[in-house]
Amino acid sequence: MKTTIAHLKRGEKGIITDIPIDIIPVKLFEMGCLPGNQVELLQVAPFRDPLYLNINGSFLSIRRETALLIEIEKINETTEL
Amino acid sequence: MSLMNKQIKVALIGNPNTGKTSVFNQLTGLNQKVGNYPGITVEKKEGVCKLSRGVKAHILDLPGTYSLNATSLDENLVIELLLNKKDKDYPDVAVVITDVENLKRNLLLFTQIKDLKLPTILVINMADRMDRKGISLDVALLEKKLNTRIALVSSRKGTGIDRIKELILDYRSLSTEPCVNASAIDRTYFDSLQNAFPDQDLYKLWLVITQDANFADLNRHTVPDTSSFNTKSRSELKRLQQKEAIHRYQFINNTLKDTYTTDMHAAKGLRASLDRILTHKVWGYVIFFGILLLMFQAIFNWSAYPMDFIDESFASLSEWAKGILPAGVFTDLISEGLIPGIGGVVIFIPQIAFLFLFIALLEESGYMSRVVFLMDKGMRRFGLSGKSVVPLISGAACAIPAVMATRNIENWKERLITILVTPFMTCSARLPVYLIIIALVIPDKRVMGLNYQGLMLMILYLLGFLAAVGSAYVLHKILKTKTKPFFVVEMPNYKIPLLKNVVITVVEKTKSFVFGAGKIILAISIILWFLASNGPSERFDNAEEIVTEHHQGTVISEEELQTEIASYQLENSYIGIVGKAIEPAIRPLGYDWKIGIALVSSFAAREVFVGTLATIYSVGSEEEDTIKNRMAKEINPATGEKLFNLATGVSLLLFYAFAMQCMSTVAIVKRETNGWKWPIIQLVFMSAFAYITALIAYQVLK
Repeated sequence: MKTTIAHLKRGEKGIITDIPIDIIPVKLFEMGCLPGNQVELLQVAPFRDPLYLNINGSFLSIRRETALLIEIEKINETTEL
Repeated sequence: MSLMNKQIKVALIGNPNTGKTSVFNQLTGLNQKVGNYPGITVEKKEGVCKLSRGVKAHILDLPGTYSLNATSLDENLVIELLLNKKDKDYPDVAVVITDVENLKRNLLLFTQIKDLKLPTILVINMADRMDRKGISLDVALLEKKLNTRIALVSSRKGTGIDRIKELILDYRSLSTEPCVNASAIDRTYFDSLQNAFPDQDLYKLWLVITQDANFADLNRHTVPDTSSFNTKSRSELKRLQQKEAIHRYQFINNTLKDTYTTDMHAAKGLRASLDRILTHKVWGYVIFFGILLLMFQAIFNWSAYPMDFIDESFASLSEWAKGILPAGVFTDLISEGLIPGIGGVVIFIPQIAFLFLFIALLEESGYMSRVVFLMDKGMRRFGLSGKSVVPLISGAACAIPAVMATRNIENWKERLITILVTPFMTCSARLPVYLIIIALVIPDKRVMGLNYQGLMLMILYLLGFLAAVGSAYVLHKILKTKTKPFFVVEMPNYKIPLLKNVVITVVEKTKSFVFGAGKIILAISIILWFLASNGPSERFDNAEEIVTEHHQGTVISEEELQTEIASYQLENSYIGIVGKAIEPAIRPLGYDWKIGIALVSSFAAREVFVGTLATIYSVGSEEEDTIKNRMAKEINPATGEKLFNLATGVSLLLFYAFAMQCMSTVAIVKRETNGWKWPIIQLVFMSAFAYITALIAYQVLK
């Protein structure tokens, strides 16, 4: 199963790996949502929608339907401890 | 000589939340005006700034935009202006405002503007936060790398503003060289594009092509027509756009690597700890509803004092004018038409000012984005957005400022739906009508400790809300737009609101209400006055003799005689005749011609209802109990029963709950949607809906 931004838990981070270019609005690329950039889930609203993220230093909130489209690779911080 | 008179045209461009408006306020002070761009509803803010040596700059504050790839009407406007050299607002120099904390993202727009080969100044704002955030900046090196001039500014502290003015004055010395070569992302494609349009600027051509792919709304007359050049599919274009964004970020990262450092050990800031409470699943909502409560308290209770004062002042001004001016039609027009008409506009000022004060505070502090975040899911089910919350809530005070508050919604469809459904919310003008009719027809009894009358009032508020979200849902299903709605909300830093910005916002919004909607309210009230104080027949002109003759021999006090004359006159005035004329149409709803007059006169403003009934039912004093008793005695000539029974009462309540009956709202919707189309649709729909529900209620209950 692929991991997306919507699969992050609060406080978890990931690196963006793939974005479906045709569906995602250009604005999101331009706000730093690009492959290779880091994303952190800061807060979720009830029903986990929308999601409040820190993408590459930008603080944004996006809807769950969009988050489900952006694939990431989780950064496993617990192993570093 | 001509140089002295010519103003340097400056455009302020920047991402939202960079303090662009603060910089604008610092540059222009109160020397600014807010209008609309022709044909669309985006606010146009412009002002004049005095530079040295007698030169002035005309400053245009363009809507906040994240990039030159438009996703909203606001952003589209910025691009249309920057692509059209012939536009009268086309700037001599662009000033790009950025936030020092978000410099990386903000510079993306800067590199795009620079590619337009326009003299461009970079303003790095919020410099006062650098120490706290551990940011250090090599301005001289950054100027060199970006090939521009930089002003390090704190619009909060007011520092660096003079530097902006100097740079504007000296704009001719700015380099117009781009700093990124966008065509590097696909050489062959860009070469063939240039070959197809050898006279045009390559980056502008690329912008036009990609706007078509994104937004498809550029004005064909002002930009080069590239429709003949279709060598890439939509998804190929988008892939190129992503490449372009990556390309620009590479340049920005390289530039900032040597010039911008952040000390990670510096304080993490307020954001995380405040967000933990303010966007909490439970506390977030509790706090939000607490703030709402406070807002309503302010709008209803605090503004009651100035509103009473305004009411009384205009009443005595009217009296005074009547006393001092020679009697005649002209004096009547002033004292009964003009002064109360102006009063009807001015009386809204306290509520509007309080509302905009709260909204400005919430916006400036950065809290509003958190509310949007919390409410989005719930509102989305009805075709609204998280951003529709504020207008809907404001609508419970008054629809006029509520409709104005929809300007925060970027998505046009969501904004339009919000504008169209907001007048269903139970505004304060409905309250007096509700109170008197409920007192008449709903028994003052309790069931399970609940008072029927209180329950009815609550149901009416609930009905208003349900009508709003219900019609939003219907509109959502039938309205089609070219723009794809998507939701990306920036969560800005928390800031203490700047007094100057808040004051300017409140003053500007209130002013634009008074002069915008005010003109129409004034015109309508003068027309109403004319129709109520003139009649076509002898009976109107000779009302005094007719009534006096009628009472010959009976004992009647002067006061009673006067009110009877007034009511006889009203019956035979133009508006009375209209009331009689529409009687057949309203009889199925349970109303007689007198209620008809009240309906017609409250077409312009529903709160007129009680006052009109008071006049019609020949009540000298406007004391509620007296009107109530008189109304309770009214007999329906058709049925021989009490006119105000449960059926008529509920029918009236529903009619007032759903009918638009507010010329001021029509005026403001016309202004906000820039045309008569939507307010007329709204008026017809709401009136029809009100009529049908009232009809059903009366026919079922009678």
